[in-house]
Amino acid sequence: MNHLPLIIKREYLTKVKNKSFIIMTILSPLIMIALIAVVAYLSQLNNNKERTISILDESGLVEKIFTSTDNTKYIVLNNISLDEAKQQVEEKEEYGLLHIASGNGIDEVSKSIKFYSKDTPSITVIESLESKLEKELKDQKLVEEGVDVEKLKSTRVSIDIAQESFLGERTSKAGNIMKLVFGGAAGYLLFMFIIIYGNMIMRSVIEEKTSRIIEVIISSVKPVQLMLGKIIGTSLAGITQFLIWMILGGILLTSLSMIFNIDLAQMQTPQQELMQQAIESPDFNDKVQLIFNEFRSLPILNLIIAFILFFVGGYLLYSSLYAAIGAAVDNETDTQQFMMPILMPLILAVYVGIFTVIEDPHGTVSTVFSFIPFTSPVVMLMRIPFGVPIWQQIVSVLLLIGTFMFTVWFAAKIYRVGILMYGKKPSYKELYKWLRY
Amino acid sequence: MNNLLVADTVSKSFGNFKALNNVSIEVPKGSIFGLLGPNGAGKTTLIRVINQITMPDTGSVLLDGEALKPQHIKDIGYLPEERGLYKSMKVGEQALYLAQLKGMSKSEAKQRLKYWFEKLEIGDWWNKKIQELSKGMAQKIQFVVTVLHRPKLLIFDEPFSGFDPINANLIKDEILQLREEGATVIFSTHRMESVEELCDHIALIHKSNKILDGKLQDIKRQYKTNTFEVGLVTENETELTKIINAKFETTPADFKSLNDDLKLNIKLKDSETSNDLLSFLTSKAQVNHFNELVPSANDIFIQTVKNS
Repeated sequence: MNHLPLIIKREYLTKVKNKSFIIMTILSPLIMIALIAVVAYLSQLNNNKERTISILDESGLVEKIFTSTDNTKYIVLNNISLDEAKQQVEEKEEYGLLHIASGNGIDEVSKSIKFYSKDTPSITVIESLESKLEKELKDQKLVEEGVDVEKLKSTRVSIDIAQESFLGERTSKAGNIMKLVFGGAAGYLLFMFIIIYGNMIMRSVIEEKTSRIIEVIISSVKPVQLMLGKIIGTSLAGITQFLIWMILGGILLTSLSMIFNIDLAQMQTPQQELMQQAIESPDFNDKVQLIFNEFRSLPILNLIIAFILFFVGGYLLYSSLYAAIGAAVDNETDTQQFMMPILMPLILAVYVGIFTVIEDPHGTVSTVFSFIPFTSPVVMLMRIPFGVPIWQQIVSVLLLIGTFMFTVWFAAKIYRVGILMYGKKPSYKELYKWLRY
Repeated sequence: MNNLLVADTVSKSFGNFKALNNVSIEVPKGSIFGLLGPNGAGKTTLIRVINQITMPDTGSVLLDGEALKPQHIKDIGYLPEERGLYKSMKVGEQALYLAQLKGMSKSEAKQRLKYWFEKLEIGDWWNKKIQELSKGMAQKIQFVVTVLHRPKLLIFDEPFSGFDPINANLIKDEILQLREEGATVIFSTHRMESVEELCDHIALIHKSNKILDGKLQDIKRQYKTNTFEVGLVTENETELTKIINAKFETTPADFKSLNDDLKLNIKLKDSETSNDLLSFLTSKAQVNHFNELVPSANDIFIQTVKNS
């Protein structure tokens, strides 16, 4: 008798009707959005803080390059000693004191620059001071060497290599970033999905064990059917939750950005200045067009099919292992020792994805990891937007399906024995014995 | 075919541990079959084999003359010792789900559930969650779910645990009623008084082996000691005791009586009959109480397990 649909239906409905599930479904996007808003607000707050930095330039070489901005106010001190200056800055509770000692020539001056402050200064502040000083001292040195700075500036050339494949597809850096975002989002989504809903499956298996209903159920259905029903039912509940999150999050994000639109526009951040420059530059429209074309030339169909295959395969692979863990133990605290071997390949996959795929999407490391079934779903999903040969994808999917069938068999064995075992925390050795029962 | 269920030399090992060693049982149709044995003897493993939860290593099980197959699931109703229900699910939903897993249609299950809920006066629990019910109440639901699909074979593992005496009696009557309607019952328990009350056949399993089986009555006959419990009224007790002791083997007896009797257990030799004893006694004193000592299931259980 095939009870699979019945089991799936029950698993789905109990999950979806569960109070904490409903609350989490509604609350999570709210919390996420609130978090984003808080972070945005805080960073804005931080940027807006006005800093006062005093400059004591005993060399007299650089005092005119410091012009105050909205966020940073520079005060050039004259005719006082370093000790007095330090005392003064401290009394006025200013951010810090930049001291440029006098010296013999630019080289000597550049080696004796110090920043005094009460607390450790922010790296960005120091970096901005350094770049200002470097630029000015370099210019002065050029002049010293008899170079016309204006002429030098006019010789500057800006290069943006246009990329084109042999088939005539144009790509660009921006396009590559877009591909990364696509692949990364898909891989990361799978990772999150496995962790959240794999755990849910595990808990639901443990619940059946602790409530002692399991023996009643498996006198009616085969354990494998129960396990698969559980996995599929929980996954459907998960997909429902994810969809709601996306819709809710989308709505919230749009409404939020509409409310705070004016505020955001007023935020004068370096990124925005760059954006402004880019938009004003004449070839901006060209670039937008190019990115748009590239988006259209993404292997969308391939992407969707591969996403579904790898997502389902990878998810089932891991969730069957979660179900086996749930069956092997009596309560959630005992799951820890078995969680590590599951989480390790998953985390490895995400790291490989982030570090090597970005660097070289078709390099040896990324290619190998996109074939190993335990990492392939995440890594392959990240690689696909960069164009992976179909044969590689097919081989990887076949390997994944093969391994998935093996893990389901393995998990079903553990599950079948484990659900009727109470009272003891099994070791790996015992799990191995169960396989042969 | 007189036997509903036949297990033939069933063995099952878990690693190095042999849980069942060539166990054979025959459960006659319409009987209440007591499956007895100390804790860890292998009863539950045997029951799980019958329920196709565990596959036997060797041996076979026939239900109604056919080798067990998945279709037989709906012919068996099983109430395990380790039992429970989904705590956060509503009673009605849950009962419907479990009935459907046994192959009943939703409408049929609903109708039968209504009948049983009314019969056990639990109709107003339909929308309650299991966690709101007491243990005994949940047991009732569990009982209903076990018998709902009218299985040919009912297997109860300690069915009375968790019930108060009134409800235990109610369930006992329901089991008897189901037997009347044609079901066969396998009954696993430690409570010997319920074995005495209900079972007509028993099998005793000890340390993975079956050490005794058959009709309870036959077994009792086999284990009887030809001992009679008598109560005698006489004027001279010491004199009478002397006379009886000269002829028979006696021990003091203890039973409730209205009179201040001389109470004795008298063991007869195999050649002597109860009539011989009775005619001897009536000639010496007034016999107020005369009763053959029948070994209780409890005595048989303890004796066989100790001797094996």
